[in-house]
Amino acid sequence: MQFDPFVIPFNIGLYFILIYSVVRSVIWFRDLSRPDKLRLQRGFFGTAFVQSLKEIFLESLIHRKILKTNFKLGYMHMSLAFGWFLLILFGTIEADIFGTKHLNAPYKAIFFRFFNPEHGGMGFEAVYGFFMDLILAFILSGLFLAVSKRFYSKVVGMRKTTRLKATDKIALISLWLIFPSRLLAESFTSGAHGNGSFLTGSLGSWLATFLPAQQMAYPFWWLYSLSLGTFFILLPITRYMHIPTELFLIFMRNSGIKTGDKSGTYSEVETHSCSSCGICIDACQLNFSVGITNIQSAYLMKAIRNNDDVSDIAHNCLMCGRCDLKCPVGIELSPIRMIQRRAGEPENDFRNIYKGYFRSRQSVALEKTNGSSAYDFLPENNPKKADVLFFAGCMTHLTPTIKNSMIKILEASGVNYNFIDEQGGVCCGRPLMLAGQDKEARELINYNSRMIWKSGAHTLVTSCPICYKVFKESYYLDVEVLHHTQFIKRMIDEGSIKMNFLHKKVVYHTPCDLGRGSGVYDEPKDVLKHVSRLEKSKFEDENSLCCGGSLGNMKISNQQKSKIARDAAAELTKGNPDILATACPLCKKTFSAVTETRVADISEIVAEAMMQPSVKKYILKQVNSIKELANI
Amino acid sequence: MEKFGFTISKGRQIDYESNDRRIAEYIFEREPSFRLCIECGGCSATCTTGNLTQFSLRELHILIKRGENDQVRQNIRKCMLCGKCTLVCPRGVNTRNIVVLAKQAFQKSDEYAI
Amino acid sequence: MSKQVIVIGGGVAGLEAAGQLSKAGIEVSLIEKENKTGGHLNDWYKLFPDRRNSSEVKEYLDGITHHDGIKLLTNTTIEKFNSNKSHFSIITNEGKELTADAVVVATGFDLFKSARKEEYGYGIYDNVITSTDLEEMFRKGKIVLSNGNVPKTIGIVHCVGSRDEKVGNLYCSKLCCVTAVKQAIELREHLPESKVFCFYMDMRMGGAFYEELYREAQEKWGVNFIRGKVSEAGEAIDNKLIIKVEDTLAGRPLKMEVDLLVLMAGMEMSEGGKKISKMCGLNTGENRFFAVADHHYGSNRSNIKGVFYAGTCTAPMNITETISHARAAVSEVMDYLKNVRK
Repeated sequence: MQFDPFVIPFNIGLYFILIYSVVRSVIWFRDLSRPDKLRLQRGFFGTAFVQSLKEIFLESLIHRKILKTNFKLGYMHMSLAFGWFLLILFGTIEADIFGTKHLNAPYKAIFFRFFNPEHGGMGFEAVYGFFMDLILAFILSGLFLAVSKRFYSKVVGMRKTTRLKATDKIALISLWLIFPSRLLAESFTSGAHGNGSFLTGSLGSWLATFLPAQQMAYPFWWLYSLSLGTFFILLPITRYMHIPTELFLIFMRNSGIKTGDKSGTYSEVETHSCSSCGICIDACQLNFSVGITNIQSAYLMKAIRNNDDVSDIAHNCLMCGRCDLKCPVGIELSPIRMIQRRAGEPENDFRNIYKGYFRSRQSVALEKTNGSSAYDFLPENNPKKADVLFFAGCMTHLTPTIKNSMIKILEASGVNYNFIDEQGGVCCGRPLMLAGQDKEARELINYNSRMIWKSGAHTLVTSCPICYKVFKESYYLDVEVLHHTQFIKRMIDEGSIKMNFLHKKVVYHTPCDLGRGSGVYDEPKDVLKHVSRLEKSKFEDENSLCCGGSLGNMKISNQQKSKIARDAAAELTKGNPDILATACPLCKKTFSAVTETRVADISEIVAEAMMQPSVKKYILKQVNSIKELANI
Repeated sequence: MEKFGFTISKGRQIDYESNDRRIAEYIFEREPSFRLCIECGGCSATCTTGNLTQFSLRELHILIKRGENDQVRQNIRKCMLCGKCTLVCPRGVNTRNIVVLAKQAFQKSDEYAI
Repeated sequence: MSKQVIVIGGGVAGLEAAGQLSKAGIEVSLIEKENKTGGHLNDWYKLFPDRRNSSEVKEYLDGITHHDGIKLLTNTTIEKFNSNKSHFSIITNEGKELTADAVVVATGFDLFKSARKEEYGYGIYDNVITSTDLEEMFRKGKIVLSNGNVPKTIGIVHCVGSRDEKVGNLYCSKLCCVTAVKQAIELREHLPESKVFCFYMDMRMGGAFYEELYREAQEKWGVNFIRGKVSEAGEAIDNKLIIKVEDTLAGRPLKMEVDLLVLMAGMEMSEGGKKISKMCGLNTGENRFFAVADHHYGSNRSNIKGVFYAGTCTAPMNITETISHARAAVSEVMDYLKNVRK
C-alpha cells in the first residue's frame, strides 16, 4: 500500500507549515538591519552555527534550563519536544530501513504502522518496535502532566499558568489529540495483526478482545492525521509558533544579534519564541506579593503577538529583571518592554534621533534633539577640575547618611575629588527612559555628559544604581564609571582606607539596577565581608528581590509598593540580622519604612567601621595642593 | 489704547464653571491618588527641576484640578521624572504618573498639544 | 473581700485610673516599667496652653495615688497574661503573680522616632533636635547649639511622623501643632534676639485656648508661620542647617538657613502596648493604637471583657482628655465589677 486518503490533512498541514516557515524566514531576514545581516552570515559559517545546534539540542529539545528551575515542568516540556523529535527521527529511519523503498515521503514515516501492518513481529524489528513504543510512552507521560497542568497548575509546581485565547485552545486540543490518537491507531492495527510491542501490542490485543480492531483502527488513523494537520495549520497564529521560531532565536542570538532599542526582526522573533511556560509569572513579585497577574512578560509577549494595546501592560512592571534571567528561552524581556514603553510615546520620530545618536559619539554633547527643548532652563555648569567625580544622585539627597558617609570615605581615600551635585544636580535621565521618554532623557544625558567632560575627571563614582546603570549604558564617556561599592572595594584593596571589623550580622540585598541590571554582584559583598559577618539569604544575586520602590513602575499604588517592600524585607530578615545592608538610596528608603531591622547602605557601614584616615591621605592631600598651585 | 476696569479681557478669577477640566478628569480616572494631595508643597521643595527654575508640581496639580490648563501645558515638560517628589509625598500620591498622564492628556487633545 | 484591679502603665492615665479606683475602695496593683511614675509628664517642662509647670500635674497625680489601696510596682513588666472568664492573672518579669477581677491598660504612647525621617537629619546633624530635647533644654534653662553658641534662627517642623503615609502613620497626632506654638513662644521668651519659624501643613488648633495661644505667638512674640512641608535638611559648612520647603502660599520654593531645627515628633502606639496587645490578644486598629469597642460610647472597652483602656494607648490625647478618659475607664470598671458574676 502506498497511499491512503487519510494522510491528506497531514500532508496539507506539513507542506503549509514548511512553505510558511520559508516565507517567514525570508521576510525576517530581509527586515534585518545591514549589520545584523552580516552578523547572521558570519554566524552561519562560523562557530555560532555549531554552538546553536548544541543549544537547540539542550534547550529546545531537552529544556535544560526549565529542568533546572522546575523538574516536573521541564520533564513535561522535554518529553513532548525531545520525545516527538525522537519519534520523527527514528520513525524516518524505521521507514527507511524496513519500508518498501528508501527515501520515503514524510507521511510514510509518520504513519509507518498503517502502511506496514505486518512489520515488527520478531528479532531486530521487535527490538526497534519496543524502542518506538518506549518513546511514545515517554511523550504520553509528559502529555499527562501537560493536561494536569492545564486543570491544576500545582501539579507541576507552578502557582500560575498562562491563560489562553480561542485559537490557542483549538491548537492545544489538537496537540493533545496527536499522541493518544497515534497510540490508539497503532494499538488497533497491532491488535488486528497480533504484533506490536509492550505498549501498542498489549493495549491492542486487549482492545481486540472486545472491539473489532481492524475496523476501529482506520478512524483513529484519520484522527491522528487530522490533529497533526490542524496543529500545523494553526501553528503560525498560536503560541505554538514558539517551536520553530526558537530555532531562529538561538541562531540569531549566537550570531551576536541584540534586541536593541526599537522593534525589529529580532524582537519579533523573541516575542514569537515565548512558549508561555509561565516561569516569568512565578518569578514576578507583582504576582506573589500583590496578586497582579495580567502584566507579566508572558502576557506582554502574547499581547504584542495579538497586536493588542500593550501600553498598560508595558508600564505596569517594576523592571526588576527577575524574569529576564529566569526565562528559559533567553528572551530579553526587559528590553522588549522598554521598546513598548517607547512606542507608547506620541513624541515625534524620536527613534531616529536615538539611532543617530548611537552612531556618532562626537555629537553627543552638543547636538540638540529636534523639536523644542524641554530643559532649556538648565544652567551652564563649569565644574571644578578633579580626578574623581562623585555624583550622589537625586535620591541620595534624601538619605543624608549615605551622602555623609561617602564624603567621609572620599576624604579618607585621599583622592582629588569633586562632589558635583552637592547642591543638587540634574537627573541622570534613567527615570525618563523608564517612562519611555528617551528624547527628554537624551537632553539630560547631553547636559550631564558635558559637565563630566569639563571636569576632566577619569573616574565617576555614583551612589545610586539607577544613575550607575544609565552612566554605564547610555552615556558615552571616556570616564570610568564606578558604583560606590566598587570604589570602596578598590580603596580597601589599595589600602587607602582601613577598617575595624564590626561584630554585626549583616544580610545583603542586591539592588535590581546594580545586580541584574549592571552585573555588579561581588564587590558589595566583598566589602561587607571585610567589615562584618555577612549572612546568606534565600534571595541572593540573580535571584534577589526588588524592594518595591522601583521607579520602573508608575501604575501601582503606594500601598502596593509597601506590600512588596514588607514581603521582601520579611524574607531578607528571616535570620534576624543586625543590619539589612543595601547599596541603593531608594532601596534603603523603601525598606526602612517597613522593617524594624536597621537598614543601612554599605557606605554607612564602611564609614562606621573606618579607622582614622591613613597617612597616605595626608601625603596625597599635600600632593594635590601642590598640583593645584601648579595649575594656578 | 489703555485698558481700564475689570470688565475687559479675561478676569483674574478662576472661572470654575467654564474652565476645561478634562485634563483633570483624565488623570483622576487613571491615577486615583491624584485626589489625595493636601498641597503641603513637599514635592516642590525637594524638586530637582524646581531647584533650577520656576517649577512647582504642587501648583501644577492644583491648576490642573481647577482647569487652568495653559500654564500647566507650558510647564509640565520641565519635569525630569526623577521621583524625589514621590518619595517625600506624605499622602502617597503617585506624582510621577500624574506628570506622565498630564503630558499624555495634553498630547491627546489637539487643543493643548505641546 | 474587696475587688482587685491591675492597672498597666504609670503615666497620666494609669495614675488617674489607679487613684480613682482606690478612692472607690478597689485594691489596685499599678505596674510601671520605669523606675518612677509619671510617664511622658517627666519629659515635659511646661504644658500647653497655659504654660504651667508639669510638676503641678504630677503633684496632683501623686497626691491621689498616695493611697494604701494602691500597690505600686516599678521596674516591672509583664511576661505572661492569663484570663479565665472574669479572673485575670499576670506574671511579672520578677516572676511574681498578680491576680485581679479587671485590668486597665494605660500603656500610653511613644514619641515617633525622628531618625526614621532620615531626610530631616535627626541623629546625623548635631543641631537637629526633637520637641522632647527642647523641653529638656527649657528645664535646664539653657538653649544652646552643639558648639555652645546661642541659636539665632530656629526652625520648627510640624507633622514629623504624623500624617505621613511614608512612615505608615496616616493619622494626625493632634498635639504637635500646639506644642510647636508653645515652644516657639518659649524660645522667643528665652532668646529675645532669635527668630522662630514654624513650618506647618495645617494649623490644627482644636483644643480649648489653643487658637488664642496661636494668636499670642503671632501678636506678642512675632513667631513666623510658613505653610509648607519641609522636604529635607542639609548641613552647611558652618554647621548651619539648610532646609528646603515650598512656601506654598507664596507659591515659591524657599531655602532657609537655620541654626537649630526642632522636629515635632508625633505620637505612636507604644512598644509596651504592642507587646501587651500580642500577649493578651487585644485588637489594634490600622493606626496600630488599641481598637476600642465603640468610638462614640465605648472608647474604654476592649475586645476582652474585663480589660479596659485608659488614655493615649487608644489615640493621641492631651492631658485633659487623658484624665477624663481615665475617669471614664474607672466608671466602666466599677460598672463591670458590680455586674460580673463570680
